Amino acid sequence: MNEGAHLPAIAAISTAILLIAGAGITLIGSLGLLRLRTFYERVHAPTLGTTLGTSCIAIACTIYFSALGSRPVLYELLILVFITMTTPIALMVLVRAAVFRDETEGKGHLDGRPDNEDP
Amino acid sequence: MSMLLAWCITAALVLLGIGMACAAFRIIWGPRAQDRVVGFDTLYTNSMLLLLTFGIRSSSTVYFEAALIIALLGFVGTVALAKFLLRGEVIE
Repeated sequence: MNEGAHLPAIAAISTAILLIAGAGITLIGSLGLLRLRTFYERVHAPTLGTTLGTSCIAIACTIYFSALGSRPVLYELLILVFITMTTPIALMVLVRAAVFRDETEGKGHLDGRPDNEDP
Repeated sequence: MSMLLAWCITAALVLLGIGMACAAFRIIWGPRAQDRVVGFDTLYTNSMLLLLTFGIRSSSTVYFEAALIIALLGFVGTVALAKFLLRGEVIE
């Protein structure tokens, strides 16, 4: 924290709140990834981090660097747009692969059974 | 006021680190391959947010480029792994 001393108070407070909110929401998503039982429940949890967590932290970056440089700095929104657009594509391809694997192995994929028995 | 921001940045770094630990446990203990791929997806998203927070902490924009490259290559890696799970090969 070398240059944050002469930051406006409203920018510092909003950056701090958005950082804590984004990190906490991402942690909730990661805990959901760790704690939920089946794969089809688990794939939903990290999208909290990829949508709302990334939004909060990218907006915090934008506010901080705009207040620090006294000009609008908008390039963190590039990460936000990219992550928000690409994560549904990747997870849809992955769930299609998981459904294909479950159906070729002969187990139903919607019975909600914990799939902890076979590696 | 800068003290509050410094403590909040440290707390956000700790929270994101715990999230990365959760994703790493899912990669290690994932019962099947698709669980490991979801864990990888969560891991690179958390590391990208960690780099953005490091960028705020050090007031430099160098970390932004690293975060953007992690986002690009992580998406390509997740799609390639899912394609491998679906077909058995990446490029047909």
